[in-house]
Amino acid sequence: MANFTPISAAIGGALIGLSALLLMRLNGRIAGITGIFAGLIEPQSTEWGWRATFIVGLVAAPLSAALIGYTLPIPQMPPSVAIIAVAGLLVGFGTRLSNGCTSGHGICGIARLSPRSIVATGVFVVAAMIVVALTRHVVGG
Amino acid sequence: MRALASLVCGFIFGWGLFISGMIRPEKVLGFLDVLAIPSGNWDPSLAVVMAVALAVTGLGYALARRRPPLFASQNQWPTQTAIDRPLLAGSALFGIGWGLVGLCPGPAIENLATLSPPVVVFVVAMAAGMVAYHVWETRGAASAERALAAATAADG
Repeated sequence: MANFTPISAAIGGALIGLSALLLMRLNGRIAGITGIFAGLIEPQSTEWGWRATFIVGLVAAPLSAALIGYTLPIPQMPPSVAIIAVAGLLVGFGTRLSNGCTSGHGICGIARLSPRSIVATGVFVVAAMIVVALTRHVVGG
Repeated sequence: MRALASLVCGFIFGWGLFISGMIRPEKVLGFLDVLAIPSGNWDPSLAVVMAVALAVTGLGYALARRRPPLFASQNQWPTQTAIDRPLLAGSALFGIGWGLVGLCPGPAIENLATLSPPVVVFVVAMAAGMVAYHVWETRGAASAERALAAATAADG
């Protein structure tokens, strides 16, 4: 497990948990990125303001990290634009259909012990693991 | 105040994804690659991120459950409880897309900060998928309404 980084993972996880908790205590809202983002881009959206500032804060975080000397890593993406586009479409459509993603179901939902979110998280994690197994070890291997 | 509070929350969330390395799709894929367990190349970091985040949020939610928020009239807890076909199908589709690239919505949007063209493509496609869902859902609702109206008219 050469790539395992438990300490930074724990610190980062604590910050994510703190953010979700604060958003509920301050604004009474679930920190689900899908819902926050979708509310900005879909027509008839309501409460534009707090959604927009959350996204601004999210994007500002790595920029502030770069300002104080961290390296901003360029994400490694698949070479195929078609695969990236298909993946993006699936993530967008799927998270709206199931009403949540890694943050909404995976963290906020499971934190409430919602059976719906526990099932959703199990399904998307296993589906993603199967896809990675296929692409890395069957097709690409 | 609500907008400012939300800005701070987004900023903390972004730092959490950044520090934990979950902003990097290759790190996420390193967790999803369970077949790498025998060779010792598996990266369980994401599980630690989730576990700690869940501990903080879970404990906090339990304590905050009945307290009203500071800048809003009430806590808006989700009300849906059904484990139905849209939940399962949507989660499966999301998981397939997540496994293909290693980006879920939070890190995808946060990575716009890098101005990396493939990330822009991903986020635009993701937004298109969300809008497509919205169109599909509203059309479905509209046609169900028309069918109901037709059935009622026929009955009446």
